[in-house]
Amino acid sequence: MNAQTLGRYFGKGWLSAGYLFLYLPIISLVIFSFNDSPIPNIWAGFTFKWYGKLATDNEMLSGLSLSMQIAFLSATGSVVLGTLAAFALVKYRRFKGRTLFSGMVGAPLVMPEVVIGISLLLMLVSIQRAIGHPERGMMTIWLGHVLTGMAYATVVVQARLQELNPQLEEAAMDLGARPSQVFRLVTLPMISQSLFSAWLLTFTISLDDVVLSAFLSGPGSTTMPLVIFSRARLGLNPTVNAVATVIITIVAIGTVIASVLIVRSERERAKAIAQAQRDDAA
Amino acid sequence: MRAFAQRLLRGRTAVIGVPYLWLIIFFLVPFLVLLKISFSEMGTVAVNDILTIKDGAMQLTLRGTTYAFITQDDLYFKTYLSSIKYAGVTTIFCLLIGYPFAYFMARAKPTAQPVLLMLVMLPFWTSFLLRVYAWKGLLGENGWVADALIASHLDTVLAGLGMIPAPGKFMNTPLSLTVGMVYTYLPFMILPLYSNLSKMDLRLLEAAADLGAKPLVAFWKITVPLSMAGIIAGSMLVFIPCIGEYVIPEILGGPETLMIGRVLSDEFFSNNDWPMAASVAVVMVLLIVVPLAIFNRYQAEAQEAKR
Repeated sequence: MNAQTLGRYFGKGWLSAGYLFLYLPIISLVIFSFNDSPIPNIWAGFTFKWYGKLATDNEMLSGLSLSMQIAFLSATGSVVLGTLAAFALVKYRRFKGRTLFSGMVGAPLVMPEVVIGISLLLMLVSIQRAIGHPERGMMTIWLGHVLTGMAYATVVVQARLQELNPQLEEAAMDLGARPSQVFRLVTLPMISQSLFSAWLLTFTISLDDVVLSAFLSGPGSTTMPLVIFSRARLGLNPTVNAVATVIITIVAIGTVIASVLIVRSERERAKAIAQAQRDDAA
Repeated sequence: MRAFAQRLLRGRTAVIGVPYLWLIIFFLVPFLVLLKISFSEMGTVAVNDILTIKDGAMQLTLRGTTYAFITQDDLYFKTYLSSIKYAGVTTIFCLLIGYPFAYFMARAKPTAQPVLLMLVMLPFWTSFLLRVYAWKGLLGENGWVADALIASHLDTVLAGLGMIPAPGKFMNTPLSLTVGMVYTYLPFMILPLYSNLSKMDLRLLEAAADLGAKPLVAFWKITVPLSMAGIIAGSMLVFIPCIGEYVIPEILGGPETLMIGRVLSDEFFSNNDWPMAASVAVVMVLLIVVPLAIFNRYQAEAQEAKR
């Protein structure tokens, strides 16, 4: 065996070991959700009983419904604010306080979550002491999630805006379109895919968040990650494995659907461009 | 024309103004509140305000007692040190595993690369919390990884290194914490390295080979220096969030694995000492300022180089 094939085998081995490391925990979560044994880690036959338990687990289910609502609302809020911020940063090269603005947009990405959580909470509590509002709950968790989600959404949308050809918008302006029409008819269709991926990303981040929710939740507003976190701290719990399997299944299905849609839309776009070029030539 | 310019101006004001105002109210002001409280003192029922009105005049009392306490108290100093240590160890392991990984990914068949890349990103979409929790099972009693380590006698080596207190016990040790953090942050190392390595001009290596360099020499003298921007970016993306990590030490850490994020929330939720927690948070921010500055400088240089 020469050095080159040896190197190739080594490379393949390293990649396989790496993927095994990345996926082993996920595989084990799924497998042990079907384990019919009160003692974790010891296989004692196949069962669906943890899923049955999960179906009647009110704490987990109400946490899930709250988490879904918050994730939906905060993804929407993050994408709206993130798109505005991305526009401000890409389209307006100069305005008063731009440095502070771009610093604040990116800061939640690097600031430890505990720091963001504690400072928001301290401010909210100070306001509450002064005027009696707001109570901690869904609203305050939403605030925290939008704050971090916005930073991610800005990065995604900004990247897309930067690669757009500004001449397309200028052409529309020259042809008499108003700025709002330019945005609706020209810019929006071109960035819609990045808006969608930003929405999905911020949705999952919100759905997964523990730290901010722990600081900003109040009595009666326990999200699903908080329920899972409090159980996971105590020890192994097969219902947590069952929840994990459900989430993994949803993500897997979602990923397949999303990639099929993306491939299809790319193909249609390529077809439309080819068609336009053919028309042009004719 | 004038109406048009006005409308444009109004659109511009809203586009900049709305996110700007939002960030000031919910990011900047809270941080200033945090700073203010960190300089105050805990009263009997609530935090004493640093601004008081006495004899009709405003009085500002800044107290650095909490900061003095942080610098003098042994526990806090040790906790900051140990946070830096765990973040550093995690970064090194991520680099040692992630660099070859990204390298082989970037040198794989071009048609296979999108799939390989997606497989790295896919775990991101499933709950981070649940993936960390999974290690509790893998490293716990009779867990798959625990059994494998015992069967291969690696546990005695690990115990010798002080990563675990005794052979056969893996959970709630420095080892379980490090494994959890490396596992969580590995993709953050792989992705910037891959994007850097996949753009490299391979003709440089051919030129080196033509000039007589052995592949390993060429790798060390050409590939590694050229990927320095990726190494720095990846390392900072791992190091910075690790410093403030709270969830992983809470689930996988033990009594001796001190992490500052955990101490902060204990101070806040269990001891109810807000000024103390606020000061701990401020010092934590100061800790990440230095690596952040390095990161930003390299990013700026990379941007410059692109032009």
